[in-house]
Amino acid sequence: MPVVAETLDAVQSVTQSGYKWGFETAIEMDLAPKGLNEDIIRLISSRKQEPEWLLAWRLKAYAAWCAMTEPVWAKVHHAPIDYQDLHYYAAPKQKAGPRSLDEVDPELLATYEKLGIPLRERAILAGVEGADTRPDVAVDAVFDSVSVATTFRETLRKAGVVFCPISEAVHEVPELVQRYLGSVVPAGDNFFAALNSAVFTDGSFVYIPKGVRCPMELSTYFRINARNTGQFERTLIIADEGSHVSYLEGCTAPMRDENQLHAAVVELVALDDAQIKYSTVQNWYPGDANGRGGIYNFVTKRGACRGARSKISWTQVETGSAITWKYPSCILQGDDSVGEFYSVAVTNNHQQADTGTKMIHIGRNTRSTIVSKGISAGQSNNTYRGLVRIMPKAHGARNHTQCDSLLIGDRCGAHTVPYIESRNPSGRVEHEATTSKIAEDQLFYCRQRGLSEEDAVGLIVNGFCKDVLKELPMEFAVEAQKLLSVSLEGSVG
Amino acid sequence: MSATLEQAGSRALAHFQAVRDRLPGCPDARVAAAEVFRSRGLPSRRDEAWRYTSLRDLGATSFAAPEAEVSPDAAAEWISLTRGLPRIVFVNGRLRPELSSLPAAISLGSFEVSAPKDATAAALPFVALNTMFAEDGMVITVDPDIECGPVVLLALTVGGNVDMPAVCLRHRIALRSGARLTLVEVAAGSGRYFANCVMEAEVADGAKLSHVRIQRESIDATTLSTLFVDASAGATYDSFTLALGGKLARAEVHARLAGPGATVHLNAAQLLAGSQHADVTTVVSHDAPACASRQTVKNILADRAHGVFQGKIEVARAAQKTDGYQMNQALLLSPEAEIDSKPELEIFADDVKCSHGATVGELDGDQIFYLRSRGVPERDARTLLIRAFLAESLADIEDAEARRMAEDALEGSWEKLGR
Repeated sequence: MPVVAETLDAVQSVTQSGYKWGFETAIEMDLAPKGLNEDIIRLISSRKQEPEWLLAWRLKAYAAWCAMTEPVWAKVHHAPIDYQDLHYYAAPKQKAGPRSLDEVDPELLATYEKLGIPLRERAILAGVEGADTRPDVAVDAVFDSVSVATTFRETLRKAGVVFCPISEAVHEVPELVQRYLGSVVPAGDNFFAALNSAVFTDGSFVYIPKGVRCPMELSTYFRINARNTGQFERTLIIADEGSHVSYLEGCTAPMRDENQLHAAVVELVALDDAQIKYSTVQNWYPGDANGRGGIYNFVTKRGACRGARSKISWTQVETGSAITWKYPSCILQGDDSVGEFYSVAVTNNHQQADTGTKMIHIGRNTRSTIVSKGISAGQSNNTYRGLVRIMPKAHGARNHTQCDSLLIGDRCGAHTVPYIESRNPSGRVEHEATTSKIAEDQLFYCRQRGLSEEDAVGLIVNGFCKDVLKELPMEFAVEAQKLLSVSLEGSVG
Repeated sequence: MSATLEQAGSRALAHFQAVRDRLPGCPDARVAAAEVFRSRGLPSRRDEAWRYTSLRDLGATSFAAPEAEVSPDAAAEWISLTRGLPRIVFVNGRLRPELSSLPAAISLGSFEVSAPKDATAAALPFVALNTMFAEDGMVITVDPDIECGPVVLLALTVGGNVDMPAVCLRHRIALRSGARLTLVEVAAGSGRYFANCVMEAEVADGAKLSHVRIQRESIDATTLSTLFVDASAGATYDSFTLALGGKLARAEVHARLAGPGATVHLNAAQLLAGSQHADVTTVVSHDAPACASRQTVKNILADRAHGVFQGKIEVARAAQKTDGYQMNQALLLSPEAEIDSKPELEIFADDVKCSHGATVGELDGDQIFYLRSRGVPERDARTLLIRAFLAESLADIEDAEARRMAEDALEGSWEKLGR
């Protein structure tokens, strides 16, 4: 039973503090002054040597943001955020851009090594690594505000795939960036998206040309390191006709008593017959057992199935962050397009998660599936909030939603807030939700067979999340299972 | 807030200033409610609780009460539908003792207006508006262990000399421990008006209130009703609402399971056509352990009808062993019909069993095929299935007389679907 073995292994390997990614890297930083104004935006834009249109776009977003107020509808509570008390640009200091990994600051490489992210492309020798069948994964590593390394770029380029920091894409494939940036999440979409549009610093850009199946998994690894900074990355993935890509996203941050803001935007565009699979294991620092510190994760993720028969699939495992505010969505414009959302959200101690999805059915015969598993422990609050909308022209649209919540302990909360709006009679929408606790008889069964209470809970929780975990790429699935056990440590007994 | 709503709100306040000294009872509660209303205003669709229901139609009301004197003939037709059951009749917001007949077991109390004790309830804009203007209502108490029922509460509104008059009734029901009552509430009328009814019901230990509500308001009416129920230990509140009438209708229920072992059923069925808009909004608060709540809401929507269901189940920390169930089903019969559904769970206790479901769609092709393959013409097959969809929910009404009244009301409404 590998799952049990993994869970046991993970639980044993964890120290008292639980969050093993909480170290800080001492590295010289290039910081912009605190505060947000047009000058800072001009500074970011000039550091990135951006074209005029992009600066104008940022300033427009900033003007829109200034006129907006922070949304209050989510079931989360936090002290007011002082947006002027943050550094909007933080980059590891470097003389010139590194041309190869050898020129990257060794401290940085060590950080990623410690996080278990291989940035070095492994030289595979014939026969030597025969037993190691791990597939290669191309990684874009983002450290605070900038991308520090992107691996396997040459291999990808041969296939015609563009995978690079978005700041580079602006120069290398400007027409693609200009055409698609903000086309799914407009600059003034919401408070946090507008903020991101004004100050985003880096992120990943992916373009898969017509008919290409991306030869390897693509991955971005985000790391917040500097103090008093916000991280605002922006990811744009375009899958041209008939292409296919699987993309992974991971994130960690140091343990600090202060709260840090992370407001990212992810935009996906799938054209005719294209498929995008986007998987996230979100493991930002969740704060300590008393609710001090942790990341505020206010993220806008949206995919547009523009083409016929296109498909976008979101899979997320949310274990980190003090507060999560995140609704990866699909706009199903193309006929017969498919949207999927698989989510596990775990909250413990004082964490708050308000997460879910939106499925907007516009085209004919569009289909969507939502599977959400929420697990609350400690004194946390976990909310599923989702919208399924069937527009008048979406003949034959189909949605099925399954939301299950599990409560561990009597001081936490689990909430479900689905919105279902149908304006086409041929559309079929089904929503099911349940809330329960771990059944005594399940626990008893496991205990009777010699598992400790904590291991038994780990096992049951993994089973509860199985529908979602099986959607994750292999490598992430293992990590996600470990994380689940770690996140729930100390929540029973 | 839109200009129309803002103006309507100001008009309500101006009208209150004009009539406040003529309204019965001590004005303190009314003045306080006017303050609440002034600060809150009429809700717009930006308010989460009114996300799917627009109150634009209220732009036409003057908030003035309709003429009290109405010829008995206007009421006779509706009274004939009460099947000779004991009844309490209100016409244009006033009790009509000569049309009413109460069983001896029920004592009718004198009307007095006061704000609800619960602060959240008192802050609701239409409750405040009702407290400002209500002039009459049914105040009844059923003594301990008395079994009583069925009794009909008939509220009629028949236009009059004012354009879009406003009727605010305020009912208060108390069932003492072990008492039982079946109440059939019928709201009906003709012409254009605004009905804003508030009912507060207390169901004491082990008592049972069966509440059948038949909403047959005029097709031009805007009708809002807000119901507060408190169910104590072992009490049962069993309700079924049939919404047929109104241009814009909203039935809002706040049910609190306050004592261990209480049970609440909030079932409803809506049959809408033309450009009707009907909204069922419920909040079930499980505040005590081992309580159960059940809710099934069915919608049939034809033409350009718009159905709304917002159902929330709240489970407090103390409410362990809660059993909550909620189901919303909608049948869309036309490409222009719309359903918006928001079933919500808010849970703070761990040892609970709560589930909700929602389904939206058209008639099942397989079922039509089944009937057609047995020789039933398509049109008849559809009619049969549509009727079956709603009719089964009426089967849960325990009292036979009450059930017959609901069936009769439904029977007369199928024609609006054109079948």
